[in-house]
Amino acid sequence: MSGIPHDHYEPKSGGAKWLESRLPIIGLLHDTLMIPTPKNLNWMWIWGIVLAFCLVMQIVTGVVLVMHYTPHVDMAFASVEHIMRDVNGGHMIRYFHMNGASLFFVAVYAHIFRGLYYGSYKAPREVTWIIGMLIYLMMMGTAFMGYVLPWGQMSFHGTAVITGLFGAIPFVGESIQTWLLGASSVGQPALNRFFSLHYLLPFVIAGLVIVHIWAFHSTGNNNPTGVEVRRTSKAEAEKDTLPFWPYFVIKDLFALAVILAVFVAIVGFMPNYLGHPDNYVEANPLVTPSHIVPEWYFLPFYAILRAFDDSVWVVQFTSWISFGIIDAKFFGVLAMFGAIIVMALAPWLDTSSVRSGRYRPMFKWWFALLVVDFIVLMWAGAMPAEGIYPIIALIGSAYWFAYFLIILPLLGVIEKPETPPATIEDDFNAHYGNQAADGSATPAE
Amino acid sequence: MSNAEDHQGTRRDFIYYATAGAGAVVTGAAVWPLVDQMNPSADVLALASIRVDVSTISAGSQLTVLWQGKPVFVRRRTEEEIALARSQDEALSSMPDQMARNANLGSPAEALDENRTLDENGEWLVQMGVCTHLGCVPLGNSAGDFEGWFCPCHGSHYDASGRIRRGPAPENLPIPVASFVDDATIQLG
Repeated sequence: MSGIPHDHYEPKSGGAKWLESRLPIIGLLHDTLMIPTPKNLNWMWIWGIVLAFCLVMQIVTGVVLVMHYTPHVDMAFASVEHIMRDVNGGHMIRYFHMNGASLFFVAVYAHIFRGLYYGSYKAPREVTWIIGMLIYLMMMGTAFMGYVLPWGQMSFHGTAVITGLFGAIPFVGESIQTWLLGASSVGQPALNRFFSLHYLLPFVIAGLVIVHIWAFHSTGNNNPTGVEVRRTSKAEAEKDTLPFWPYFVIKDLFALAVILAVFVAIVGFMPNYLGHPDNYVEANPLVTPSHIVPEWYFLPFYAILRAFDDSVWVVQFTSWISFGIIDAKFFGVLAMFGAIIVMALAPWLDTSSVRSGRYRPMFKWWFALLVVDFIVLMWAGAMPAEGIYPIIALIGSAYWFAYFLIILPLLGVIEKPETPPATIEDDFNAHYGNQAADGSATPAE
Repeated sequence: MSNAEDHQGTRRDFIYYATAGAGAVVTGAAVWPLVDQMNPSADVLALASIRVDVSTISAGSQLTVLWQGKPVFVRRRTEEEIALARSQDEALSSMPDQMARNANLGSPAEALDENRTLDENGEWLVQMGVCTHLGCVPLGNSAGDFEGWFCPCHGSHYDASGRIRRGPAPENLPIPVASFVDDATIQLG
């Protein structure tokens, strides 16, 4: 599977040989699990396991919740209350599912920013990165549609706002919005189809996750140095790597246990901390909640959506040059989707020859600013759209685009990077001493 | 596959194109119903018009009714509101949207107050209660900086005539097809 030289599975017993010659599934699982993994991976490489766990947890709790949920405008809210009050253990299952979405996004953001710092998106891992971005988009779609299902006030009016985004597309927007909603407004058709898609998309994500893993198993993992594993011989490759099982599985499971301890504490003691009280009020088309905010994980992009109004010169200029076709509303929508597209294009926007941010003295600071920017945007997105907040959101949005479109391409030219270690083994030994220098990798002792 | 020297085309070419063409048509025919089923169904489209009893609305108050799943504001304006709305007509040239957006007028008209009200006196203002930005329901009763409506979602201010004055919304609140059936009843749609 991977280009890194390693031992392949050899069936030993008669039964295993019989099966392997007919369906090489044990070999496939063995090679996947025993993949040579750079031995210098740090704690930022644990999020993959957390994400896999989240996907399984959300599917399992979701399938169970569906056994008690009714996707009908008159009954959806009541059926969720039925889950909360009457179904045995239903409230905990729902709280796990609800907060599981938040854990999912905490992990995916950590995972994405890990990739951005250590250059995991750069050649030859562009396909892994693009598939990851697709998974992220699907996650957002799934989370959004799941939030509609309880049919609370935020569900209803959030849906009106988000489907209104598609209505902003010139000429065909209204038809698309009507097509998405199955009516001229949010109602039964929308609830019914969102339920259908909310059940479907996680399985599509599961399929994409397999392709994601397949892609980086072909290129090999990135690592904190950004230096590739040596592939000239198996002996050299083994100096740079350790098999995924048991070394990294145990490490990842330990990290997962720590994260789950925090997660379960939140689910147990403050399950509604990340939610909105308004969503415990049944949907009412006649009254909009005084302050509509999406879930926290959408806030940075929501802030970008709101940041661009008529008073911004870029908006005025775009409107003028497009003969008014791109108005402020459509511009905001383009900016929001554009913020994710520029991130997906990072492999081609980053011109630096050095992969890892660890050896890029200027990049480090711009990256740190990007993380701060993300948090500021998240905060600005939660604030009302008045006073100083739209200006903060505008500055934050500008930096987000500047980072990907200006800073990443320019840094590759003007920055003088430090020299990364020649091999992963050198980096490992610099950190953990030289006991493995003779080639017999025994870091566990 | 194909014979490059034979400009007439061969039977094999013909079969290839015929098969590909038939495949494309069949795929399209199979996919279209799957796409079209998401469009509004017959029962949704059937809810076209309703009648609203407006006899209980006193001057300076507003009735919000649900029509085709969307709120409609039926406002009976006071003398002061009418005067305020009409005095703002002067600012028309600086308004973001200068069209009346009135479905009852045959042709596009300027966003003067008289082009937006249901009656000539300007007492009755009937408009969709859906912000033209992203579809929230604006707050009424002289809310916002222009004493009309204010959308809490993204801060769009509408004046006493329902015209967008400030904020991200691109258009005035649209006026649906509406008419007086008798003195106390308005028909929507």
